[in-house]
Amino acid sequence: MLSRNSARAAQRVLWAAAQPQKRLNVARTFASVSDAPSQTVQSDIFKPTKYGGKYTVSLIPGDGIGAEVAESVKTIFKADNVPITWEQIEVSGLQDATPTGRTEEKFQEAVASLRRNKLGLKGILHTPITRSGHQSFNVALRQELDIYASVSLIKNIPGLKTRHDNIDLCIIRENTEGEYSGLEHQSVPGVVESLKIITRAKSERIAKFAFSFALANNRKKVTCIHKANIMKLADGLFRGTFNRLAKDYPQLECNDMIVDNASMQCVGRPQQFDVMVMPNLYGGILSNIAAALVGGPGVVPGCNMGRDVAVFEPGCRHVGLDIKGKDQANPTALLLSGTMLLRHLGLDDHANRISNAVYDVIAQGNVRTPDMGGQATNQEFTRAILSSMEKSL
Amino acid sequence: MLALRSIAAPVQRQCFRAAPRAALTISLQNQRMYSSQDRVAKFNGQKDAQGRYTVSLIEGDGIGPEIAVAVKDIFAAAKTPINWEPINVDPILKDGKTAIPDAAIDSIKKNKIALKGPLATPIGKGHVSLNLTLRRTFNLFANLRPCRSVAGYKTPYDNVDTVLIRENTEGEYSGIEHVVVDGVVQSIKLITREASERVLRFAFQHARAIGRKKVRVVHKATIMKMSDGLFLTVGDQVAKEFPDIEFDAELLDNTCLKMTTDPVPYNDKVLVMPNLYGDILSDMCAGLIGGLGLTPSGNIGDECSIFEAVHGSAPDIAGQGLANPTALLLSSMMMLRHMGLNEYADRIEKAAFDTLAEGKALTGDLGGKAKTHEYAAAIIQKL
Repeated sequence: MLSRNSARAAQRVLWAAAQPQKRLNVARTFASVSDAPSQTVQSDIFKPTKYGGKYTVSLIPGDGIGAEVAESVKTIFKADNVPITWEQIEVSGLQDATPTGRTEEKFQEAVASLRRNKLGLKGILHTPITRSGHQSFNVALRQELDIYASVSLIKNIPGLKTRHDNIDLCIIRENTEGEYSGLEHQSVPGVVESLKIITRAKSERIAKFAFSFALANNRKKVTCIHKANIMKLADGLFRGTFNRLAKDYPQLECNDMIVDNASMQCVGRPQQFDVMVMPNLYGGILSNIAAALVGGPGVVPGCNMGRDVAVFEPGCRHVGLDIKGKDQANPTALLLSGTMLLRHLGLDDHANRISNAVYDVIAQGNVRTPDMGGQATNQEFTRAILSSMEKSL
Repeated sequence: MLALRSIAAPVQRQCFRAAPRAALTISLQNQRMYSSQDRVAKFNGQKDAQGRYTVSLIEGDGIGPEIAVAVKDIFAAAKTPINWEPINVDPILKDGKTAIPDAAIDSIKKNKIALKGPLATPIGKGHVSLNLTLRRTFNLFANLRPCRSVAGYKTPYDNVDTVLIRENTEGEYSGIEHVVVDGVVQSIKLITREASERVLRFAFQHARAIGRKKVRVVHKATIMKMSDGLFLTVGDQVAKEFPDIEFDAELLDNTCLKMTTDPVPYNDKVLVMPNLYGDILSDMCAGLIGGLGLTPSGNIGDECSIFEAVHGSAPDIAGQGLANPTALLLSSMMMLRHMGLNEYADRIEKAAFDTLAEGKALTGDLGGKAKTHEYAAAIIQKL
């Protein structure tokens, strides 16, 4: 037990020494977080087995632009001979989706597939606003598989000019409780209560995750975002847990900030932030604000980490129903999430080739999708990446 | 009997904790009370014999007194028909709860309007924040937060002109929380039809008053289907009474994303939302134009309204004449407009914005060197 842990630690140090400057290499080092308090069995996670020299990865394209950008990812990965077999599941949150619509069976199939493969690449599923039933599949998936930590990487992409420069921050969001508990009831007609649940165990788990993440990625500062001045008990517990655990990490600078102030600072002076950790709803708000600072949901990669399943999905979760089927989608977010998945598997060569090609095409600036200020279609953008990869060979 | 009593009592005093039967009666009663012709939260203050209004003034802590002096000087120079009645709101404990001194309550109740500087919230000892106490005491149900780009102060965003209205009494800030077992906390977000209807109707009326044609609800009903769903449904219903105003809804995530990408499309809309979202988004909007030092705020209630500067009390620069009174000044403009004294508001506002645009007499936080009184003097000169 001890030896295995220390061997892993040694590996990590070696790896970190070999590649000190790569910020997007987040995923592989997450094993260190697995010592969360609620865990009783330590499995050697995040090394799915290879069959016939290939990894099997669940691919859930999702709704809206999902199918289009997933196609780009498949094309580009195939061109680079990435040793991955996709297990594609067409689950949808749309009532009228083809071929099956929104069904519980498909959803369960997705859950089973992710459990088996331990790895997934996922687009965003639509959530309808109806009063009855129909919990968000996105949320249900995270709760079912206990994928508790969501990571969004917000960084300026070289060459893509936005209103702010030098942003390099990372939003870590608790994924399984808080405002998204789904517990609501109507006491009397016209009076609704919605429960926000904060537990010490889950707050501890996410705080430890954030600290480990910061250490593994050479980050200096961790900021806890909360509203403990109003929700003294709930957010107070979250903040208190964070501050207690922060004492174990003297090498990191730790502070906390109230969520309204944080969003104000985010649009004014986002450069001050490094790693940010927060409960569920604030994560949704801040990841959207921050994504807008660097170019929108089309360019922000992310992942969701659980105890034994890792799902990579765009860091700013937008379905994009409005541009569905128009070939205008920007595949960058899903592509970069895909390269995070590759690094997670230790396939760094493939990851570097693909991400370099993506960054090259964006930096050159003549082939860009509309959200990045260009006129190119998704397919043209994908082809540009392919030819950039060819050139570099 | 119960039903009879609830009809007799003024609507805004009835709380949602009433028995179910009574609650039903209230909502019926409500619809009659607030027809679309009646203005929610109309100003009912009386002029005195000289034709002047009296306004309660809470100077606040830290830099509060300095910026209050600046505002008073500017008002005097503009010959605004207003008498100030300074009041003290240092908290007292009443039955173990934080409360405001009776004299202050009486003053605000009499004048129906108040202007408030920043208050420092005492830390610890179970003090509820004074801001919250004021809101609860006077049932200030709507928080009005416009943000407009200030010419002369450059930020990455230009031409911002947003108007946000936030429900102020319930939602995530209901203050109902408990520890279920050690390490597990439940916090309750409360949404009621009554409070939602009131703030939504105010939003529509405000949109009319400032000449905007669109009202948009910001919600997260995909996840909180019942609570935010109720807010949304009530919005749809209220919208029917205002056929001249376009009504739509947007998911919180989208609003955050789009506003930060480009706030200009929001310039023709009034946004209305539950408590927490409003709190976060209104501060975010303030960030777009350069911080809380430049944004006014109004807390609107049926009985009375309090206009305030929402920035901190900045004890570190208190008494040195370095403070920027813009936020309090702009809040007082909102107050004048609420009282129907638009011509004074327009004049002072123009003078203030011209001074800021000119950039000669700016305070330290805006990159200038002027003292508080020099900035005020520059505005007075423009008048």
